[in-house]
Amino acid sequence: MQLPTVLMAVAAASARDPGGRKRKCGPGTGVRRCPLSAAQQPPAPAMDCYTANWNPLGDSAFYRKYELYSMDWSLKEELRDCLVAAAPYGGPIALLRNPWRKEKAASVRPVLEIYSASGMPLASLLWKSGPVVSLGWSAEEELLCVQEDGVVLVYGLHGDFRRHFSMGNEVLQNRVLDARIFHTEFGSGVAILTGAHRFTLSANVGDLKLRRMPEVPGLQTAPSCWTTLCQDRVAHILLAVGPDLYLLDHAACSAVTPPGLAPGVSSFLQMAVSFTYRHLALFTDTGYIWMGTASLKEKLCEFNCNIRAPPKQMVWCSRPRSKEKAVVVAWERRLMVVGDAPESIQFVLDEDSYLVPELDGVRIFSRSTHEFLHEVPVASEEIFKIASMAPGALLLEAQKEYEKESQKADEYLREIQELGQLTQAVQQCIEAAGHEHQPDMQKSLLRAASFGKCFLDRFPPDSFVRMCQDLRVLNAVRDYHIGIPLTYSQYKQLTIQVLLDRLVLRRLYPLAIQICEYLRLPEVQGVSRILAHWACYKVQQKDVSDEDVARAINQKLGDTPGVSYSDIAARAYGCGRTELAIKLLEYEPRSGEQVPLLLKMKRSKLALSKAIESGDTDLVFTVLLHLKNELNRGDFFMTLRNQPMALSLYRQFCKHQELETLKDLYNQDDNHQELGSFHIRASYAAQERIEGRVTALQTAVDAFYKAKNEFAAKATEDQMRLLRLQRRLEDELGGQFLDLSLHDTVTTLILGGHNKRAEQLARDFRIPDKRLWWLKLTALADLEDWEELEKFSKSKKSPIGYLPFVEICMKQHNKYEAKKYASRVGPEQKVKALLLVGDVAQAADVAIERRNEAELSLVLSHCTGATDGATADKIQRARAQAQKK
Amino acid sequence: MAFPHRPDAPELPDFSMLKRLARDQLIYLLEQLPGKKDLFIEADLMSPLDRIANVSILKQHEVDKLYKVENKPALSSSEQLCFLVRPRIKNMRYIASLVNADKLAGRARKYKVIFSPQKFYACEMVLEEEGIYGDVSCDEWAFSLLPLDVDLLSMELPEFFRDYFLEGDQRWINTVAQALHLLSTLYGPFPNCYGIGRCAKMSHELWRKLEEEEDGEAKGRRPEIGHIFLLDRDMDFVTALCSQVVYEGLVDDTFRIKCGSVDFGPEVTSSDRSLKLLLNAEDKVFNEIRNEHFSNVFGFLSQKARNLQAQYDRRRGMDIKQMKNFVSQELKGLKQEHRLLSLHIGACESIMKKKTKQDFQELIKTEHALLEGFNIRESTSYIEEHIDRQVSPIESLRLMCLLSITENGLIPKDYRSLKTQYLQSYGPEHLLTFSNLRRAGLLTEQAPGDTLTAVESKVSKLVTDKAAGKITDAFSSLAKRSNFRAISKKLNLIPRVDGEYDLKVPRDMAYVFSGAYVPLSCRVIEQVLERRSWQGLDEVVRLLNCSELAFAGLTKEDKASSESLRLILVVFLGGCTFSEISALRFLGREKGYRFIFLTTAITNSARLMEAMSEVKA
Repeated sequence: MQLPTVLMAVAAASARDPGGRKRKCGPGTGVRRCPLSAAQQPPAPAMDCYTANWNPLGDSAFYRKYELYSMDWSLKEELRDCLVAAAPYGGPIALLRNPWRKEKAASVRPVLEIYSASGMPLASLLWKSGPVVSLGWSAEEELLCVQEDGVVLVYGLHGDFRRHFSMGNEVLQNRVLDARIFHTEFGSGVAILTGAHRFTLSANVGDLKLRRMPEVPGLQTAPSCWTTLCQDRVAHILLAVGPDLYLLDHAACSAVTPPGLAPGVSSFLQMAVSFTYRHLALFTDTGYIWMGTASLKEKLCEFNCNIRAPPKQMVWCSRPRSKEKAVVVAWERRLMVVGDAPESIQFVLDEDSYLVPELDGVRIFSRSTHEFLHEVPVASEEIFKIASMAPGALLLEAQKEYEKESQKADEYLREIQELGQLTQAVQQCIEAAGHEHQPDMQKSLLRAASFGKCFLDRFPPDSFVRMCQDLRVLNAVRDYHIGIPLTYSQYKQLTIQVLLDRLVLRRLYPLAIQICEYLRLPEVQGVSRILAHWACYKVQQKDVSDEDVARAINQKLGDTPGVSYSDIAARAYGCGRTELAIKLLEYEPRSGEQVPLLLKMKRSKLALSKAIESGDTDLVFTVLLHLKNELNRGDFFMTLRNQPMALSLYRQFCKHQELETLKDLYNQDDNHQELGSFHIRASYAAQERIEGRVTALQTAVDAFYKAKNEFAAKATEDQMRLLRLQRRLEDELGGQFLDLSLHDTVTTLILGGHNKRAEQLARDFRIPDKRLWWLKLTALADLEDWEELEKFSKSKKSPIGYLPFVEICMKQHNKYEAKKYASRVGPEQKVKALLLVGDVAQAADVAIERRNEAELSLVLSHCTGATDGATADKIQRARAQAQKK
Repeated sequence: MAFPHRPDAPELPDFSMLKRLARDQLIYLLEQLPGKKDLFIEADLMSPLDRIANVSILKQHEVDKLYKVENKPALSSSEQLCFLVRPRIKNMRYIASLVNADKLAGRARKYKVIFSPQKFYACEMVLEEEGIYGDVSCDEWAFSLLPLDVDLLSMELPEFFRDYFLEGDQRWINTVAQALHLLSTLYGPFPNCYGIGRCAKMSHELWRKLEEEEDGEAKGRRPEIGHIFLLDRDMDFVTALCSQVVYEGLVDDTFRIKCGSVDFGPEVTSSDRSLKLLLNAEDKVFNEIRNEHFSNVFGFLSQKARNLQAQYDRRRGMDIKQMKNFVSQELKGLKQEHRLLSLHIGACESIMKKKTKQDFQELIKTEHALLEGFNIRESTSYIEEHIDRQVSPIESLRLMCLLSITENGLIPKDYRSLKTQYLQSYGPEHLLTFSNLRRAGLLTEQAPGDTLTAVESKVSKLVTDKAAGKITDAFSSLAKRSNFRAISKKLNLIPRVDGEYDLKVPRDMAYVFSGAYVPLSCRVIEQVLERRSWQGLDEVVRLLNCSELAFAGLTKEDKASSESLRLILVVFLGGCTFSEISALRFLGREKGYRFIFLTTAITNSARLMEAMSEVKA
């Protein structure tokens, strides 16, 4: 019993079906709104007349034209009087009534109008700049208006002026004769034909690099037609002069001939390059159309339409992997589709129309309607072709019969299953659904697919689910309120990210967010990005108060991950709303992010505290240097003073790079202590001459006094005295004295035999006795002047005792001298002294006499081998005796 | 002798990944400058570089010649010059002079500057001021963690200490945060986090910010290391100022261990040339004695020598087959061990000689007296004599600082006279050194009226003020009171000695200072880990002047395995000594923890003092 399951599946499919809901929110095609266009209403999706608007071209392909929107744009002007630019991928349409083309001087300023593809007005502004030669849309949907003087003005979708750039002096001098905006993989380019019949182009207006193309030899008149080609990532220009074709690349101009071109051509009237730059079509004055590859290496086909009038427009109409390559040619009232077939398809144009080439077809809009002409995709053809027995067609039939509760459903189904083509049938239905514009038809096909799926064991569901999702998104953006008539192929080429960007560009934030949520895009790429854009738009609403805007933004955004409040604040600042920017920055959790903008807004002090908060010293430093340039020195220092962390950072820098600034810093803070240190350091740094050093030291002394650091002041004064003295010593005695310490100076004097001087110095600098004794002792021992040492030792009672004398003599290996002093060592250290001179026996006697256990052990440890055996015994005996007592 | 770890001690994470990462990044950077090039390396970076990429690797990536960055004109003739430097202004000037000389000579070369571990805006500024910003390309080599040993990571940034604790420069904090971030991405998040000190707090906050900015990918990871403890060096200067007596510390004090290896001179190798020896866990002899008190080392080494001899002797009774086995398998190992053994014995001899010459016993006795706070007068005159005899400028300075910190500042009379003596002995330029020491709180004067509470209220005011919360400035140094005596009492840092302290079988961490003193830093870590918070340590924290600067962040431990919870990463900001490492290794063995150390650099008393000294330009 399969039926209940099937029913449920269908019900589920239709519940999820994108078309079903969409109808609630808006009319599918806009047809209902406009009774006038009722006659052109496409046939209802009934099988019998479904192929009524299919036109065969040759044996293999069908072309169909259906209405996208009935246009409700009350145009004041005829299209033919306007400069028209329509962006691909269902983009906006810009119109500028062209008063400059007419001979009479324009007294009225023209109006630049921008509409969505469904004719909803987006912007309207009075054109106040110079005469415009050409309009075009960039890949980012910015409107490029090429003026006669070579200046290109860039406007946003809503008529907001963005920027302008010039195409160079040569263009300015010779004026612009004609201009094209073209798209490459790098972006959008501008090509200009000047009055001097030279070409200048830029392949990417985002990164403007002007390239002047080489001259065409002997070119006297403007080319009859020209176009830009894009081959091997380089833009070329193909132009026609009389019967000749020339290809300009950046280096050379070469004449080219299309292979198999019919003879008798005296002029090319029109040329067209396909959307992908793969194919080229040429229309000659004989009414002959040549179609081939853009490389001009291969001919595809030719056609003679026998109309000699120059066509108004000629564009390619093909799709990726299409069966037939066809060109659409438009005259005033006639539209012709020609390809590799003896017959062409002809349509009558009731009104002035404009063709927009698309990836997979051609859009045609006029005053009242907007249509799409394309080759019927394979899947649709298979299913809908009359008497088709393709599996998809059978499945669709089966499902219909099933709904009618007819047993034929089973027959059809069996037929497919017998051929083992059910999977293919389901796939066909899914694919065909994608190419349908009418939600009803989409639904029928999806229902059929869903129905077929029930009979398959393992059919991966994602292709079905994804198609349902895609169609739902597509139907939503095709709604005439939105007005982006994307086809499935275009949508896939464009990607959802770009589509979201375009919705954001149109300020359709709620829809964009709904799509993100519906498709469950990751927040950072999806919802938060759009919210951030919304916030950037919100801050431009000047009629709302800063508080309200900030609150509204914070309420919506909260702390959504990936939203950068600083970016939004930057935008607010860009609109001149500094206060708002500061408010918004408060919500930015990363203080480091706040700093650059704060600096830009000249809130440097706030920036400084934020930078300090961030803990990033580099950031602090950036702010500091900014402040340094911005404020006068005094204010700068005051700011530093309140920010110790910044101050120490800056000080570090100054220590290495700007010593004078460092001094000023200390001065400003009345930091006399550091100022003193600074001068002392300075005294060592540079000057060789003693006077300079003394001056620096004197400044230091003054500073130390101010700092109430008397010790440092006195020490420095002593140093000055010492320096001068050392200088004098050098002069009088020769040798090296400068920069020795006091101790070393005296030592050097003694070593040089200048005892008198040494004593004088010791007195002058009040060297303590102990130090002097140590000093003399060491120096005399170094000199090995034992006589003088002995004299010295007897000069008065040694303040350091006599043990050092013993030690120092022993160090010089003079046992004889050492012994002299050992006898004079006080009792406390006598043992040690005796041991030093190696008199173990006597040491033992003294130790025993003093009854000092530690000393006894010490002596004992010095007793070695046989020589001291007796002494050791003696000590042991004494110990034993002591213990007895 | 060497204490084995408890059987349940956790395994250490494999830190060799850090080396591989750094190497790969360097190679990538070198490849950015294709073709032959000469590499100029800053002297400080040479040893760390050597540890992760040897010359042949550099040559593989078309490094032609190697030069040292020094103030001499370069003789390089290569068309491409690559500079591998620390972000210092001095280096920028050097590079600028080179580039400008080339410009004058009309020579066009390619220059690339690789900053390690990161570049600073100030450096780029200098390049700009010198007019060569456009001529050089700048890159960063984020090489901030060098594994010196299985449990020791060093940032090799000795200047961190002076820059932060003296100059108040916070540049490196970002580097620390980046390094911690790297560790947590590689080895999982740290469920428990403790810290004390201003720098620790700032690093922690910055690190947290980095983690938050990252997407939540790492959040689900299992932590490998259960605890992290951040500690500022200025919490405990005393430990760093003491003479070290465990073997590794003593080797560092005597020969200077540089980037995990030591240069033994002829007096140690007993040959006519010096020998560079890598000191880490792979050196089996060293691994067994590194944490030992020096008094045990000789005994151990001679025992070891006997064992070795016995092993050699085994071959006497061997038949051919056994002999073959012995030669092919054991002999090489024995020979290697033999070589190491003789080197360490040589080192010991050399140490003994030096230490007795300088009356090492006297010195240690004085240090212990200072730590315990008795016979202050005697100690003071010992220091005075030390200065008068010009024993060593660094040593004298160290003793003065130790006296100042343990005594909460010198009494004014001593402060003046010791300084005067010092200037007379070692030169007047040290006036600046004293100013530095005062600023860092290492050598201060007891202020007569300044009671403890008055200072405290000043400090707490500074700290509670939000803006000032991130300041290290002159003010805080004014308030830097060591309060060592009180802390020592609170934390029981001086163990009561009943009888002889058996250094062979240590009772507590005090063994690293001959049983006289438990390192303050290690004791604090022990206490906090025991409590899993700062609770009950309020008084200690207050005495350390860190009322607002001690923090602990704990998360639920459901994800952390019990094994990871016994792994503790200790981060020393401003350097740590080998004695502290030994003490914590001991603590780990006692409690079944394993400690991992991350330090900005290995330090000791001499390095601390040199960092503070002003030398004439």
